Amino acid sequence: MTTKQIISPVPGIFYRKPKPEQPPYVSEGEQINEGDVIGLVEVMKTFLEVKSDSSGKLVKFLIENEGEVTAGQVIAEIES
Amino acid sequence: MIDSILIANRGEIALRIARAARELGIRTIQAVSEADKESIDAVHSDDAICIGPPHASKSYLDIESILSAAKESKAAAIHPGYGFLAENSNFAEAVEKAGLIFVGPSSKTIRLMGDKVAARKIAEQAGIPPVPGSPERIHDVAIAKLFAKDLGFPVMVKAAAGGGGKGIRMVSGLGNFEENFSLAQREAAAAFGDSGLFIEKAINNARHIEVQILGDGENVIHLFERDCSIQRKRQKIWEEAPAYGITEEIRKDICQAAVFLAKSIEYKGVGTVEFLLNPKKAEYFFLEMNTRIQVEHAVTEMTTGVDLVREMILIAGGEPLHYEQAQIQMRGHAIEVRINAEDPSNGFFPCPGKISELSIPGGPGIRFDSILYLGYEIPPFYDSLIAKLIVWDQNRDKALIRLRRALGELHIGGIKTTTDLFKSLVNNEHLYSGSFDTTWLEKWLEKDLPLKN
Repeated sequence: MTTKQIISPVPGIFYRKPKPEQPPYVSEGEQINEGDVIGLVEVMKTFLEVKSDSSGKLVKFLIENEGEVTAGQVIAEIES
Repeated sequence: MIDSILIANRGEIALRIARAARELGIRTIQAVSEADKESIDAVHSDDAICIGPPHASKSYLDIESILSAAKESKAAAIHPGYGFLAENSNFAEAVEKAGLIFVGPSSKTIRLMGDKVAARKIAEQAGIPPVPGSPERIHDVAIAKLFAKDLGFPVMVKAAAGGGGKGIRMVSGLGNFEENFSLAQREAAAAFGDSGLFIEKAINNARHIEVQILGDGENVIHLFERDCSIQRKRQKIWEEAPAYGITEEIRKDICQAAVFLAKSIEYKGVGTVEFLLNPKKAEYFFLEMNTRIQVEHAVTEMTTGVDLVREMILIAGGEPLHYEQAQIQMRGHAIEVRINAEDPSNGFFPCPGKISELSIPGGPGIRFDSILYLGYEIPPFYDSLIAKLIVWDQNRDKALIRLRRALGELHIGGIKTTTDLFKSLVNNEHLYSGSFDTTWLEKWLEKDLPLKN
């Protein structure tokens, strides 16, 4: 079992949902595939999709919904 | 007379307001989010107060937080700047109800002109033709289709509660009409909590011309027009005063129309009446009215010599207009370019970060409005506008030469900015000859932008 990290490519605000009234892209413990969107980062009013570059189980989010992120910060961990 | 102002905004406009207030002997309190604490010194306010976390919805958009900051700092007035809560009638009303002065028009006026369908009616009553379109809100897609067919494609589907380019879609034909209509409905509901839409004919070959007005609730004057046709994704990036290539007759017409409209609603404060204008056909249409100070107000200040931010503060304090129309003269030509923290060679992707090198232009006819300093870390949470470079000279040709010179002196290191885009634009023959409309920049960017790495 290896643990991989999904990092934020840009600084900004991290969102786990596509829209405030919608459910999260992914919940902790869910199986995800390479290329799946796990959240959005808002940088200067522009929204960037954060995608997983590997498949596996998303075990944990390290940034909460609407939390601040810096570029290179780990957003979530995946076990595969 | 106002003795203290809470500045409920950030960046260059916060500094602009603080400067005007200081000259009037007014105490200023800067409202900052946690992310803007390091820029407090750059705003030169007398005091600062934290209004919440970086996320704008918890600070600069949080009405309660701003009101309690005003109370705590004993501010007599609140200046909203532009963006954020500047055209939020609920905010203005809350400020009024708290017994404070809102530096801007009344909440009633903001609400009235914020409803784009109501504003179109007011314009029509004042004798200004609005862009041809539906007279009322349309909720039913079948009725919307009939209107669109009648107007002729392409049409614009727009949010009635609109602003900031949200909830606006251009539709080219019946084929994709339903899809776009429901998308615009959803966007409008999400952005404004109001899914009401109206339909306008898309006006081809139009220039975006806007008239600056100033009123005290009784009398209204205009300060001539600006041309803001150079836009990307409905965001202005280059503005001029006066508009190049329009006749004196049209200038007189639209300026008088704007004054007439503002008088009809007893307008108080600074405002902008926007038109779409086809210079070749000499026809113009009312687009909308903005009830705030605008980003591009500086080009009007440069050509008329009137300090618009000072005047809006004095009027909010209860003073009458200090100018009569005959005293307003337009001299020379001014151009503003918006320096954004964006990378033009990468689809204008935002580029926040630390300023590692900085050289600011100066000399005759140059104005640089910004809070940038060496070592400043531009936060990623807000708008990408980081500076406005404004030049003035005796005529447009000379102003373009001066702009070229100023851009040569400007250097911002550590982040990507739109500076290089303007270095290309300032030498562009279409821009030079004035043969552009509101769609020109995007077409040029697709075809000719010589910035790709």
